[in-house]
Amino acid sequence: MTQDITRLVVGPFNRVEGDLEVTLDVAEGRVRSARVNAPLYRGFERMLEGRDPRDALTITPRICGICSISQSAAAARALGAAMGLAPTPEGAAMAALIHAVENVADHLTHFHLFFMPDFARPAYAGRGWHDRAVSRFTAVEGGALRAAVQARAELLHIMGLMAGKWPHTLAIQPGGVTRAPGLREKLRLQASLRAFRRYLETDLFGAPLEDFAALPDATALMHWTRGDAGLFLEIAADLDLATLGRGAGRYMSFGAYPLAEGPVFARGLWEGGTQPLDTGAILEDVSHSWMLGGAAHPARGRTEPDEAMRETAYSWCKAPRLAGRPVEVGALARQVVDGHPLALSLARDGGVLARVAGRLLELARTQGVMERLVADIQPAALFMAQGTLPREGAGEGLVEAARGALGHWIRIEKGRIAGYQIVAPTTWNFSPRDSAGLPGPLEAALEGVAAGEGEAVPLAVQHVVRSFDPCMVCTVH
Amino acid sequence: MTTLLWLQASGCGGCTMSLLCAENPGLADLLADAGIELLWHPALSVETGAEARALLERIESGQQPLDILCVEGAIARGPRGTGRYQMLSGTGRSLMDWVASLAPRAAHVVAVGSCAAYGGVTAAGGNPSDAVGLQYEGAHPGGLLPAGWRGGAGGAVINVAGCPTHPGWVTETLMMLAAGEAVALDGYQRPRFYADHLVHHGCPKNEFYEYKASARELSQLGCMMENLGCIGTQAVGDCNTRPWNGEGSCTKGGYPCINCTAPEFEDPRHPFTETPKIAGIPVGLPTDMPKAWFMALASLSKAATPERLGVNAVSDHVVVPPTLRKPR
Repeated sequence: MTQDITRLVVGPFNRVEGDLEVTLDVAEGRVRSARVNAPLYRGFERMLEGRDPRDALTITPRICGICSISQSAAAARALGAAMGLAPTPEGAAMAALIHAVENVADHLTHFHLFFMPDFARPAYAGRGWHDRAVSRFTAVEGGALRAAVQARAELLHIMGLMAGKWPHTLAIQPGGVTRAPGLREKLRLQASLRAFRRYLETDLFGAPLEDFAALPDATALMHWTRGDAGLFLEIAADLDLATLGRGAGRYMSFGAYPLAEGPVFARGLWEGGTQPLDTGAILEDVSHSWMLGGAAHPARGRTEPDEAMRETAYSWCKAPRLAGRPVEVGALARQVVDGHPLALSLARDGGVLARVAGRLLELARTQGVMERLVADIQPAALFMAQGTLPREGAGEGLVEAARGALGHWIRIEKGRIAGYQIVAPTTWNFSPRDSAGLPGPLEAALEGVAAGEGEAVPLAVQHVVRSFDPCMVCTVH
Repeated sequence: MTTLLWLQASGCGGCTMSLLCAENPGLADLLADAGIELLWHPALSVETGAEARALLERIESGQQPLDILCVEGAIARGPRGTGRYQMLSGTGRSLMDWVASLAPRAAHVVAVGSCAAYGGVTAAGGNPSDAVGLQYEGAHPGGLLPAGWRGGAGGAVINVAGCPTHPGWVTETLMMLAAGEAVALDGYQRPRFYADHLVHHGCPKNEFYEYKASARELSQLGCMMENLGCIGTQAVGDCNTRPWNGEGSCTKGGYPCINCTAPEFEDPRHPFTETPKIAGIPVGLPTDMPKAWFMALASLSKAATPERLGVNAVSDHVVVPPTLRKPR
């Protein structure tokens, strides 16, 4: 008997940031192959051409309302590299604090608003945990959602104090930050962080964060029963989310929160072991993208949309590859590259459980990072250095957004932006196929996932897609 | 109940992210208490794929009544007028097509953010995606919908402009509509409850402004109008009297107001953080003030700048405190 292949187009694929369409070829109840389409093109890289280089600090944050600070930080780093200007140590620490607050808020948003509501669906009625999932995680209304949204809004008071507002701030500059905190601000920041710790330890983890961060491996993790994290782990065990949507086990991090003494979370490439990372080996392939031109390193790349939207392509997203291969980025990747034992243990399966637990682990660890950054504030310090822009120059700005590695590459000619290229985390994770036919990380992770009869949108597919926490507005920009 | 559908068009999603910062009460309670039923929101609702498409089709056919349509993000018309730079995934139709089809079904249409209102940053720098606002193209009336278009309740598109919008601007607009109140609009169709104020009102740099004690570099405390591109004296918004994220605002954060509530703010024809000048005099003086008077007052006040302000203006924290005033 010949195998019937059914094509399923899933969209609008919501509870992700931005627009996403996933096309599935299903045979014998399993995904045979997947194609991921980022269906929105705005052309930010083109908007920047010809502008004063400093305008990148105003324009690029507006690529994305959820990763706005990450875009700010990458632009500031790229400009700083072109200027030969580094932030003052205290300025770098405050930029790191602002950035960490956004990343933490994003992890919270993803877990509560985007990922967990699927387990409250009627399709899971009858499971031992379903009543609790409904009570805690019903979309918009669940108790855990309300508590998380409030805790997030109060945490973001740190943005009001140090960054003016969120999203879309100009506070992060190549030389540091525009607002110098005094002792009053320092104590207010500490008060906000203590309140946020109280929320995390009461609701999400149900225990001291350090206990969660000290979990040695996935086995110990699965015995964690407290808080909403415990509910997730119970669900994950029941549905075997550990082996669902497994990745290829190749993780990359640009290194998070660069301070004077180095990044807080390490930079590198991990593939069974940690290796140094050479960003010179990045190539953006456009064979299956509605883009013209050939593959190029982002320092030399361009963005020329294919207005004809040729049939052989299927996404506005380019396909970045490192030394010819796809890599997975995100909180799990960051924690794996940083060598955390729990993350390394989770990486053996590298599926939905690993990605979500990697985010929880990072939430628990980052609280301590933010507390240390605030404790070290010296109100008399210099928080911003001044510099001048070159007439000609180039710079690379590498940061870690909540969703993973984000790079900006700027080229300045005659005092104006001559070229600007951005490779965002979801550009890596949700890239289309490349010229060798290699699927992107999500496309690969979806192969073999169950797609049951009569499921309009297979739940397993939704869990896998959302486990990556995609940000589609960043993806194409 | 007042029904609400939220669509994300060609934008960054930041107005939704900002809306989630609503406090006292939070967004879920605020909507419920105002009698607003959220039919679907792309970032918040459980329905995905076919479930969401079914709802959109019910609204389009009129089966499901719609009171308020909120659109966040500009409308991409490119390439070549097809709208295919933004397809509503799973439907084979552009967002442009969907919004044009759903808007006539709504009693009220609200453009959330400067992109939806005027094109905004999505239309910056040559407008690569040929983006336009719902009822404006930049400052020109007529966008996706013609200038004379009116919603089912008889009103024009409400432009809750801002980049991003303050959560209070959006929630208060929605509460007014749910309460059956008319939302008074200014000349660019922005709600007057926040557009009747200037960002200058309550700016912590007001005393520096009065004496033209200017910051020369970002991070310095002085007024940012003369050198750093600040347009707070001309920009509408209650940003410095209604704080952001607890106690913030752009100027409190130490960086200039870029007039993000205005059409065409995205292309100011000068670097955002640098004031354009002719013969050393800033171009673009405060709204509603005769230029000659401004120049005369400015030169007088500059000559009278107290030392305290002169020193503090170019420092990143207060160096010279106010003189103690002893009781008589």
